[in-house]
This record gives sequence, C-alpha cells and structure tokens, in this order.
Amino acid sequence: MRLVGKQTWVYKNQIYLNSTGTAVGPKEGQGPLGASFDIKYDDLHCGEDSWELAERRLMVESVDSCLQKVNLTNDDIDFFLAGDLLNQNVTTNYTARHHQIPLICMFGACSTSMETLAVGSALVDAGFANRILASTSSHNATAERQFRYPTEYGGQKPDSATFTATGGGTALVSKEKGPIRITSATIGRVMDLGITNPFDMGSAMAPAAADTIIRHFKDLNINQDEYDLIVTGDLSGVGSPILKEMVKEEGYDLGNKYNDCGLMLYHSDQEVFAGGSGCACSAIVTYGHIVKELISGNLNKVFIVATGALLSPTMIQQKETIPTIAHGVVLERVQGGE
Amino acid sequence: MEYLYAFLVGGAICIVGQLLLDFAKLTPAHVMSIFVVLGSILDGFDLYDNLIRFAGAGATVPITSFGHSLLHGAMQSAEDHGFIGIAMGIFELTSAGISSAILFSFLVALIFRAKG
Repeated sequence: MRLVGKQTWVYKNQIYLNSTGTAVGPKEGQGPLGASFDIKYDDLHCGEDSWELAERRLMVESVDSCLQKVNLTNDDIDFFLAGDLLNQNVTTNYTARHHQIPLICMFGACSTSMETLAVGSALVDAGFANRILASTSSHNATAERQFRYPTEYGGQKPDSATFTATGGGTALVSKEKGPIRITSATIGRVMDLGITNPFDMGSAMAPAAADTIIRHFKDLNINQDEYDLIVTGDLSGVGSPILKEMVKEEGYDLGNKYNDCGLMLYHSDQEVFAGGSGCACSAIVTYGHIVKELISGNLNKVFIVATGALLSPTMIQQKETIPTIAHGVVLERVQGGE
Repeated sequence: MEYLYAFLVGGAICIVGQLLLDFAKLTPAHVMSIFVVLGSILDGFDLYDNLIRFAGAGATVPITSFGHSLLHGAMQSAEDHGFIGIAMGIFELTSAGISSAILFSFLVALIFRAKG
C-alpha cells in the first residue's frame, strides 16, 4: 500500500528528481538566491511584447534548460504536468503546444509546484510513465492584473500584501538514478478560516500549511527532527509566524528548521511588502536553491510545503472567503552523491 | 496664507481618502466614486464653491471637484434647456477633462512601455 495514514503517499520504487530548470525575472535574479537560477532576465518583459508572453517564455525556457542539462529532448518525456495562475492555465497550455509533450494540466494556485511534483512522482512510481516533467510559472504583472489591479492603475497596497514572483521552474522525475530522491508526499485539504482580504494571503494560507504539515507528521509518525529543513511556499512575513504557532499548538516545534520561500527569495530592501508569492516562488526556490543545497550535501532531507490561495476575484466580489490548500513533498539527498 | 489653506484643505481631503482605504477597507474605485458623489452633494448645498474660494487648488485638484463640476454643468444647462439640459450640461463641462485623459494616456502609451 502506497497510501500511508490519511493522506500521505510513500513511493514504493526509487523515484528520482533527475534535473531542474529555472528562469527568473529581474528582482528574483538580484535577490539572495540569484546565483542559483539558470536563466535571468534584467527586464520584466523578458524580450516579449506582453506580460503573458513573458511568462510563457519563462516556463518554456525552464523546461528547455531542465532537459538540456541531462541531454534529453521533448520526445523523451511521457507527460508534462503543469499549471499556472492565469485563467484557463494559458501559460501551461501554450507551453505544452510548443513542446508537444502530452499534457496533464493542473491548478492548485501557488501549491501547483508540489502538486505537479507529487502527482508526477506517483505516475512514475505506478508505472504510468517513465519520465515526467513537473512545471509551473508566475509573473508579477500578469498576476497583478488578474488578481488585484493592473499596476498602471496605481492602487495602494498594505504591508501584508505579497509580491508575486516572476519565473518558471521545471523538474524532471523518473526511476533513473539521480542525485535526489522523492520519497513521499502529503496531499492537502482545502482550509478556509474566513479571510476575505486578497492583500493578506499569508494569514489565509497558514492554516492549510499547518494542516498539511501536522497530517504529514501524524501519517508517517515522525516529527520535525526527521528533516533538516521544512519550507513553506509563500506564507510571507505575515503568515509564517501564524503557521509556527499553529503547528506548535499540536506539539511540534519547528524552531529554526523552518523557512518560507517567499522570505528566502528577496533581500529585505527589495520592496516586496510581506514577501514573495506566486507559483514560481516555491518552484524556483526549490528547483534552484534547495536542489543545489541537497546535491552539495548542505541539506539531506527537506519537506517542501507549497501553499496556494485558491483566490477568485469574482467570488471575492460576491463576499466569499478565500479557500486555501497546501501540498508537501519530501526530497532526500542520495547518499554518496552522483 | 492662500498656499497654507490650499495645503491644509487638499491634505484633509486626502486624509479622508486614506482612512477610507486603510480602515473602511474600500477599494480605490469605491473611494473615487464616493469623492465624486461627495463633491456634487456639497455643491448641491452651495458649499463647494465657497471651499474653492477659500482653498483654491486645495479644493479644485482632488477628484471631489469633478463631482462639483458635474453638478455645475448639469444645473447651468438645465436653466437654459430644461430637463434635457441636465444630460447635455454634464457632458459639456466635463468632456474636456475626460477627453484630455484619454488623449494624454494614448500619447504616453505610444512613447513608453509599461513597467510592471
């Protein structure tokens, strides 16, 4: 049985993360993790005419860079599991049109990175695929337009707002031996504690992340000591303390093993309000920085919990609250390296 | 003294807007609409013209003066043309502001790229 406890998958076969690719925008490239990204753009347009085309380019290039590192082509990949933040998942659909890999399109808002990685690993584990790509992207200007106001509108933002990261991140998963193993994943429940403010998604998402982390510990009968690092996707400076408090109430003290991708991605003087957010936030931090730390041996076992606010502007206008979700995946360093 | 009054009155209007944004949690569009309506209501009681005489640009620059101009245009034209004049007046007095907004944003869009 691969289902352990209530909602955790433990992969039976040895599933490996063989390669990753990242492409990022200007602020991400200038941030503290800038050196760990493959492709960096100095301009938010990324050489394209519109923001949507810029985001598409980031996803396409993250895929190309991921494949290039292991000398594979599109034809070597069985399925492309991907999603983004835009209506109809347009970035994903057009990227899949370009690469011609059979597509499984998914939406989990900013939890998409780990959702695609967890499901992709399950497909490989069960033999439905030999190699899959898990990919996601977000772009600051496309997300602002879709979920808040177009930047040109000039609406003010409170300090609790987050800053959507610009980038694309892709991972290659297969049973072929690689430097990092994907061992288990916990699929989250949708949580909603009644937050309606789209400028405070950190508070809205903290309960979902807490629930997934606690579930993960209980399902596997472990605690935080099992990991070198537990990261959430984009809880920001507002949601992170709430998460730590909620997990602590259940008897798990994350202490300084915990971090948030949205806080790791930017310098404190980069004017990103409470921190980074968006699909790309957890994707580029994981596939850029954390993967390198695992390969170099600075980290051995990490639990990545990507958090998603399932926010729809239409539903917010109808006074509905914001449902949120979090999916977690465990990455382990293969002892002895490559 | 005129400058001080302009500064104080204009600033006071902006404080009201900021309080509406921060504490009443209204959207920028809501605040804008409220100010336009507020300006026309004040003008209905003949208060806004007095405010402009007192504070000059402090009262004409904020969006409240747009509501005041709307009402002025409507009333003026209603006197000349009767009921239908209300609609005519609104367009007449405010068309300059709206068309210039469209024209200038078009020109700026031709020259510059969005920064994001």
